[in-house]
Amino acid sequence: MNMSLFLPELALISMALVFFFMSLGKPKSSFLQGVALAQAAIVVFIALFAFKFSCNQPAQTMFYDAYRVDAFSQLFKIILTFGLFLVIYLGAGLKGITDNLKAEYYMFMTLSVLGLVFLSSAVELLTIVISLEISSFALYVIIPFRFQKGYRKQMEAGIKYVMFGAMATGISLYGMSYIYGMAHTTYLNELVQVLPGMLKHQPAIIIGLILMMASFFYKLAMFPMHFWAPDVYEGSSNETAGFIATLPKVGAVALLIRLVALAGIEINQITGILAIFAILSMVVGNLSALVQDDLKRLLAYSSIAHAGYVMVAILCVNTLGFSAAIYYIAGYLVMNLACFYVIYNISPKGENVTFADLKGLYKNSPMLALTLVLGAFGMAGIPPTVGFFGKFFIFTAAIEKSLYAIVILTVINAGISAFYYLKMVRAAFMTSDEESSVIQMDLSAYILGLILIVTILGIGIFPQTFMHYAEMAAGTIL
Amino acid sequence: MEHYLIENALSYPILTVLILVPLIGAGVTLFLKSDLMIKAWGLMVTVLTAALSLPLFFNWDFQTPKYQFAQLSEWFPILHLNYVVGVDGISVLLVLLTTFVMPLCILCSWTYIKTRFKEFVLVTLLMETAMIGVFISLNTVLFFVFWEAMLVPMYLLIAIWGGERKDYASIKFFLYTLLGSIFLLVSIVALYVKTGTFFIPELMTHTYSFGFQMWIFLAFTLAFAIKVPMFPFHTWLPAAHVEAPVAGSVILASILLKMGGYGFLRFCLPMAPAATNYCMPYLILFSVISIVVGGYLALGQSDIKKLIAYSSVGHMGFVTLGIFLLSDEGLKGAMMQMINHGVTTGALFILVGIIYERTHSREIADNSALGMLMPAYVTFLVLFSLASFGFPGTNGFVGEFLVLLAVFKTHKVAGAFSIVGAILAAAYMLRLVQKMVWSDSDGHAHHDHGDGHGDSHGGHHALYDLNMREAGTLIFLLCFVFWIGLNPKPLLDVMDVSVTHLLQQVSDGAQIIPTGGEHGGGHHASLMEWGQNIKQFFAFR
Repeated sequence: MNMSLFLPELALISMALVFFFMSLGKPKSSFLQGVALAQAAIVVFIALFAFKFSCNQPAQTMFYDAYRVDAFSQLFKIILTFGLFLVIYLGAGLKGITDNLKAEYYMFMTLSVLGLVFLSSAVELLTIVISLEISSFALYVIIPFRFQKGYRKQMEAGIKYVMFGAMATGISLYGMSYIYGMAHTTYLNELVQVLPGMLKHQPAIIIGLILMMASFFYKLAMFPMHFWAPDVYEGSSNETAGFIATLPKVGAVALLIRLVALAGIEINQITGILAIFAILSMVVGNLSALVQDDLKRLLAYSSIAHAGYVMVAILCVNTLGFSAAIYYIAGYLVMNLACFYVIYNISPKGENVTFADLKGLYKNSPMLALTLVLGAFGMAGIPPTVGFFGKFFIFTAAIEKSLYAIVILTVINAGISAFYYLKMVRAAFMTSDEESSVIQMDLSAYILGLILIVTILGIGIFPQTFMHYAEMAAGTIL
Repeated sequence: MEHYLIENALSYPILTVLILVPLIGAGVTLFLKSDLMIKAWGLMVTVLTAALSLPLFFNWDFQTPKYQFAQLSEWFPILHLNYVVGVDGISVLLVLLTTFVMPLCILCSWTYIKTRFKEFVLVTLLMETAMIGVFISLNTVLFFVFWEAMLVPMYLLIAIWGGERKDYASIKFFLYTLLGSIFLLVSIVALYVKTGTFFIPELMTHTYSFGFQMWIFLAFTLAFAIKVPMFPFHTWLPAAHVEAPVAGSVILASILLKMGGYGFLRFCLPMAPAATNYCMPYLILFSVISIVVGGYLALGQSDIKKLIAYSSVGHMGFVTLGIFLLSDEGLKGAMMQMINHGVTTGALFILVGIIYERTHSREIADNSALGMLMPAYVTFLVLFSLASFGFPGTNGFVGEFLVLLAVFKTHKVAGAFSIVGAILAAAYMLRLVQKMVWSDSDGHAHHDHGDGHGDSHGGHHALYDLNMREAGTLIFLLCFVFWIGLNPKPLLDVMDVSVTHLLQQVSDGAQIIPTGGEHGGGHHASLMEWGQNIKQFFAFR
């Protein structure tokens, strides 16, 4: 067993261990932050190196064929570790977390990403469940870490997340039991040979497949498992919300791509159901976001809508569709983190941010205003950001498959979504009524803003490199 | 691909430079500090762009319908998407219009914009990049990128420096235009999936099935009809025009509306010729309605800017009428009307801006009887008003005359209604002029005129006449009014070959229109009968 295949995971485990040991003591906040950033950066480099290494090789399996290391999984590991780096960077100082829990916070975050990293490589049903649970349980714990007087909101959010998450996992396991019962195997590579035939002749397996995807819909915050998102985002601290909004979705997309590709050529049996879920996600997300005042709730509903867009890309089971989904979710990660970066820096004590708090942002901090504009308009799909080309690739993939009705509905929803993103930008550029002070940001925060802006515009104007790797990754699945 | 293009032979890549110069200028503006420097810099960049665009006119090849000054380079190899830009007779005039109008926008805003001048110049320069990009893109995705990229600066222009209802107007503009352009995106992707290319000249040469043509025609028409604006999609225009600052109104009227017309000429006509021929009666109907409705609504306005906004609806009605007559004079008239409307309405908005700076009111009642106090101003006002409704000798006449000539050849009833519209144009402009220069019919002037102290009216400035900067702006435009009005031949020559080529494409592609019942689909049959009926109604010979 070649341990170099396992390098990113080992790096993450060692990172978690470092935090564990630090939590035993009383580290200073800045020291903790520095250690976290340095390690996250190291892990990103290791993931990049691992990806380069796997590009030239055929897929390898480990751990009794339950764990597959190929270009697809390594690409997602890059996205996940880069996301972790950005989240740690943006949450500099961890304003929203109780002081004595900061080291534990980093530890659990790392463990959650570890679970997601396992998830992108897992190709056996039980391994998938275990990875999912590692990632989810770590998340369940850190939600109540929020430092707020009167623990009501974050406790409520935490309990909602746990209860509904457990329910989703339960439904998923039930679906898996169907699949195991009918196909007599839990390995995805064996399922892919058996399932297409079964979908045609024994349609009961459709129930198994859809129920199994329930927990991934939960992680992705897609209809019908979307209802936890607004309350959890609102109740958790700004950094945690930034984490929940982005990284679990990336892991869920990775797995959904693997699962949907299972159905092979008989995808038509389940395309209809997935399309209905996608469109309802978009509609519910966009319409509910129009009336929100709290920014995190608005971003939660918008993430439900974006889950719908990604699903549209996934359900066209072709190379362009899968690479479009990968491109879109990576772009979504950066744009969403840009919005959360702004939210985090606006609230001095980690409280929730509403539209009223955005007013006058263009004067108080032009950098934050610019980042917000790019993040919001990127998610609305205005060129030349990454969000525009993501939507463009999705439409191209869907029209190639002649899914015209879905495309028209998606397009209408994209238009509706522009309104609330525009509201955010407009609030940022209006003058505030009372005197608001200039937001002090130190140099590292500025640099993060620059990194986000350059990424959003860069991958938007020059998507060739990323799409090339995404196509290579998608090619190993199909 | 290359046989549609003529490579750029100048010493510098002119079209790319035209996009990059304002963009870099915008970037540099971020670092400038003093207002004076920013004013000078803005003017310099726009004048430089205008100067750099002159070779387009002087090195023009009048004989070829191919795209000149073209450049081609790689962008996304994955989707066979290239960066390709070029101009032909239709787009080069619009590019020149853009580059010449922009310095005037900056000039007329020197004292109009009171706050955040740095962001203003930044936004204006970004708009210039986007607008030039729209006209020169020969690749549908590049076109779409620039088309959308122009939304955000315009939105900011209205939302930050606008009037009282700027929130409403800016959001209405943004969302309305965005919804139209979203369907544009779907058509672009559908065309790509059908043909495998994004390159516009190649897309024009393919023949698509009639059903497919109808769908993309409808999607394109929605997007461009919102932009033009054609009745009934015009409601965003008065709001946006009234609330925008003067530079915003000038950009909107002179250039943004022309993008809709350009879109029709570049996309609807050549790529969906059968559908165009089929839908011609409907679009002529809507154009005529735009002309008449625009005229009537303008007649009833008391707000000067709103009046000019509705007059724009009317004039652009002539443009679309000319386009959808699908004849040589019609297209030439439409193109001339686009250029001329850009010049005259731009000037009219500058005039409104000038008087608004003095009296802080856009109502006609507050701006009347100016003749005694501001003789130079009213001279320009009268001359540009004459040009606006197409007085012979001015540029407005050329376009309207050609369009009317074309419409009377084939659709006499439509022609009769357009004449009504033209008369209404004269009516509301002359009414405006009479009220502003002289006074109301009862001889009263409603403002405190005299030696020009406005203290009793709290905030009114003295009614001083034009200063050098304002006069210079207007004289520059006036030159074009008379030059094009008395000698339109150079412009007509530039567009001649391209228009002929375009008409050839449209008539070639018209052969596949199904005749009664041949094309399947039950709902198509009844639609066709209705179409035949309206066609006969308008084709009264």
